[in-house]
Amino acid sequence: MTTNKSPGLGIVTHFLTPLAWLRGSKRFGDPLFKLATLAFALAIAGLVVLMIIEMARDSTLAFDKFGLSFIWREVWDPVREEFGALPFIYGTAVSSLLGLLIAVPVSIGVGIFLVEHAPRALSAPVSFLVQLLAAIPSVVYGLWGIFVLAPLLRDSVYPRIQSALGFLPLFQGNPNGLGLMTAGIILSIMIVPIITAVTTDVMRAVPRAQPEAALALGATKWEATRVVLQNARSGITGAVILGLGRAVGETMAVTMVIGNRPQISASLFDPSFTIASAIANEFTEATSEIYRHALVELGLILFAITFVINALARLLVWSVTRGQGKVVHE
Amino acid sequence: MNSLTRRKILSRAMTLLTASFAALVIVALVIILGYIGVTGVREINLGFLINEPKPIGEPGGGIANAIVGTMILIAIASVIGLPVGILGGLYLAEFGSNRFGNVLRFVIDTLTGVPSIVVGVFAWTIMVRPMGHFSALAGGVSLSIIMMPIVARTTEEMVRLVPQSMREAALALGAPVWRMSLGVVLRAAAGGVATGAMLAIARIAGETAPLLFTALSYNYMSTDVNQPIASLTYQIFYYAGSPYEQWHAMAWAATLVLVAMILAINISVKFLARSRYQ
Repeated sequence: MTTNKSPGLGIVTHFLTPLAWLRGSKRFGDPLFKLATLAFALAIAGLVVLMIIEMARDSTLAFDKFGLSFIWREVWDPVREEFGALPFIYGTAVSSLLGLLIAVPVSIGVGIFLVEHAPRALSAPVSFLVQLLAAIPSVVYGLWGIFVLAPLLRDSVYPRIQSALGFLPLFQGNPNGLGLMTAGIILSIMIVPIITAVTTDVMRAVPRAQPEAALALGATKWEATRVVLQNARSGITGAVILGLGRAVGETMAVTMVIGNRPQISASLFDPSFTIASAIANEFTEATSEIYRHALVELGLILFAITFVINALARLLVWSVTRGQGKVVHE
Repeated sequence: MNSLTRRKILSRAMTLLTASFAALVIVALVIILGYIGVTGVREINLGFLINEPKPIGEPGGGIANAIVGTMILIAIASVIGLPVGILGGLYLAEFGSNRFGNVLRFVIDTLTGVPSIVVGVFAWTIMVRPMGHFSALAGGVSLSIIMMPIVARTTEEMVRLVPQSMREAALALGAPVWRMSLGVVLRAAAGGVATGAMLAIARIAGETAPLLFTALSYNYMSTDVNQPIASLTYQIFYYAGSPYEQWHAMAWAATLVLVAMILAINISVKFLARSRYQ
């Protein structure tokens, strides 16, 4: 960009002179610049389209053989080349919902604390620490899950649940620590940061006049907080759904603690399998072409589920933060 | 008890409850990090950091190949992902304030939500299958795909923070829009963009799922991007799934190295950002 006046470079400058028009050009430079940056933005967005095409192409064998019934077939038998996604969809749904069940009250509680109660000097560091949980890699949660959480749950928590509620089909069987419940608990820790972050953002987007008006009318602090929650309702729903999207796609931690068995069992203590963990475990071992196609089709299903979940969540969050000029952080 | 007292008690109770939830989450963080620190530090010594893995039973094995591998994967991902992400984000910030920009932004945001295992499958179909073998390059590409949307969105956010007056000043001096964007706006936002890039690097450093069938792993030191390569995360996963106590201990030590690296990035970025904006 800088013009070099040193004599040795004179020859270079000489040959670059025809290009000098570009330096100040609005006629060519600007459209070119816009086009170039557009190309990069399009390239990123285009990856989504390319993903769908590539994975659809790579799952044709499974799709041709099983059609839509792939989704509700219960059998997964690589030897007889019979494949169905239902056990994985079941495992994904149950483990994610368990995760939400624990994470949602906690996250919304933390969100309320950060926005309504904590003084500024406390709120920033607490929020930073909560977000650090999101920085810990998935495989690390998995390691901690196998060697710390699972033995702890197996020895001291699950037997107690069983002796109290063992008559329910949900809590029967022989808990060895690895199963749906353990996966759900690990997932809940992992999705607290995202739900908290988005809840905090949408609650901050509610005009302060709302709770202040409630306080002025004699409401208690909690009643005023409920006014804020009421206003941020759809955004908080969006936060919860974003957390669900995260839980559904979570791979390493879940695969390390869920027990990896493709079965549908009523008991939360039994081993299960999720879509993501099935792909992680079996993809490199897929010996036949159709086996791999079935796994890629699982990937496509996972993509579709997370796509719908994320789209829905973002629309809900936007409906609250729109016009605030805010970008919701993840 | 009259209703006002009851309402006040409820309000106090809810304050206490939300505070205890916050405390609970922080306690969970401290327990997890504390356990990693205490367990991991037992196995860490210089040899662990500079040696290659040894067969089970032989003492003195290390994770040098995994550390180097992770660095190489990050480098490949950054070379591809950072320019695409930064320029794409620049487009969103400078030209993306219309309906088309919103659609692009929406699609890019959904890419952020695509599970990393799906990115791994995708990278396998576009890299590993055509090449016929696993490679560090394929691993780097899959990580770069995870990086791009994150970098694009943080870049956009940072560029939007640059005051409008700076743009106007550049234009008033006769600069074309492209020089204004690259030379003035992007330069002013450079610190923030770098922050976003560092956070994206911290994020991909901890990814395992996209590497399972792209970079795979390798038992020796390797710098060949055309061959499989070890990574810290894969190594942790592999050791954790083994039946050997010694390897479990190594998994914890490798975790300590990885987590220390990631937290160091996160915390230093936090303090750098604070000194810039406050």
